[in-house]
Amino acid sequence: MPASVKNSQVIYDALKACGVGLVSALPETWLVHLIRMAEDDPQMILVRLAKEEEGVGISAGAHLAGAKSAMLLQNHGFLQSVNGIVSLARLYRIPLLMLISYRGELGERDPWQTEGGGVTEPLLRALDIPYERLEDPAHVAHRIKDAQTLAESSLKPVALLLCRDLMWEE
Amino acid sequence: MLRVDALRAIYARLEQCIVVTIMGAVSAELQSLGHRPGFFYLLHSMGLASSVGLGISLLRPELRVVVLDGDGSILMNLGALTTMARYRPRNLVHIVFDNESLLSVGGFPTATATGSDIAGMAAAAGVPRTSTVRAVAEFAAAFEQALRADELTTLVAKVDAKGPPSFLTDLSMLENRFQFQRHLRDLRARQE
Repeated sequence: MPASVKNSQVIYDALKACGVGLVSALPETWLVHLIRMAEDDPQMILVRLAKEEEGVGISAGAHLAGAKSAMLLQNHGFLQSVNGIVSLARLYRIPLLMLISYRGELGERDPWQTEGGGVTEPLLRALDIPYERLEDPAHVAHRIKDAQTLAESSLKPVALLLCRDLMWEE
Repeated sequence: MLRVDALRAIYARLEQCIVVTIMGAVSAELQSLGHRPGFFYLLHSMGLASSVGLGISLLRPELRVVVLDGDGSILMNLGALTTMARYRPRNLVHIVFDNESLLSVGGFPTATATGSDIAGMAAAAGVPRTSTVRAVAEFAAAFEQALRADELTTLVAKVDAKGPPSFLTDLSMLENRFQFQRHLRDLRARQE
């Protein structure tokens, strides 16, 4: 039961096609291939974090410095980052492209992941963050491009939920 | 040492740098000495000024980036010390004004009041140059050395728990943010 290398590549290629030059990340089972791809890419700056909220600051710095960035994080990392999202990204009108691995949905086997799933979308709605689910590799490229476009034009956070069907091969 | 005196001592050098500050007294006092387009004041999201400075320094190695942090702020984001140390950008100087208190909310003591050592934690995190200073002349000299060293430095300045009567200034947050971004863009354009 591994994370999908093929679909991780589709996601990574879509980020590159959008001109993303910096990725911040904290390792997560579903994200391992994406992180390795960023690490192996000499054109990509990968910032490995101690805690996800740092990534909001790093993405803000990247935006102010003139670069596009993305955050790779688990939904529990999104929960951890809420203050930074509100009091930096929203307060200062910073575009944030968040790719959130959506643990704890139907099919989740790890008991410790099961609380985060149920609160992820309600919290995104409460924070008024536009989001889409990524489930089918066929729609990944255009949804990532569209999310990046909206983040840059609205100067606000936008989220993409990396779902089980896309990330995990049973 | 008063923080505003320390800032005054290095102000001429700060004008030549890209500066990211925390909220409260640091932001208000730097503005009282004179705002510059290369100064960005992060008026909330405590702890993230160092992360913003790290992001800028990684993407713009040609710029000299200075973060003006505080004890209360860095204590909220200690992991940032390990992230800075991991990538150790040579163009980043991380100054921490340590007044051992959360001054802007009434002066409650932080853990540095009971012995927690920020320079020690930065060194243990892997920041290559760290020091703690207690006098203005010593601070100015240490800052100058940090700029010349061309290596990531965390410089802790022990300051009095005193600040200006108000932290509000007439510079709006968004005006500051867009001016700062445009300034960084113009610097790049001039270079090309």
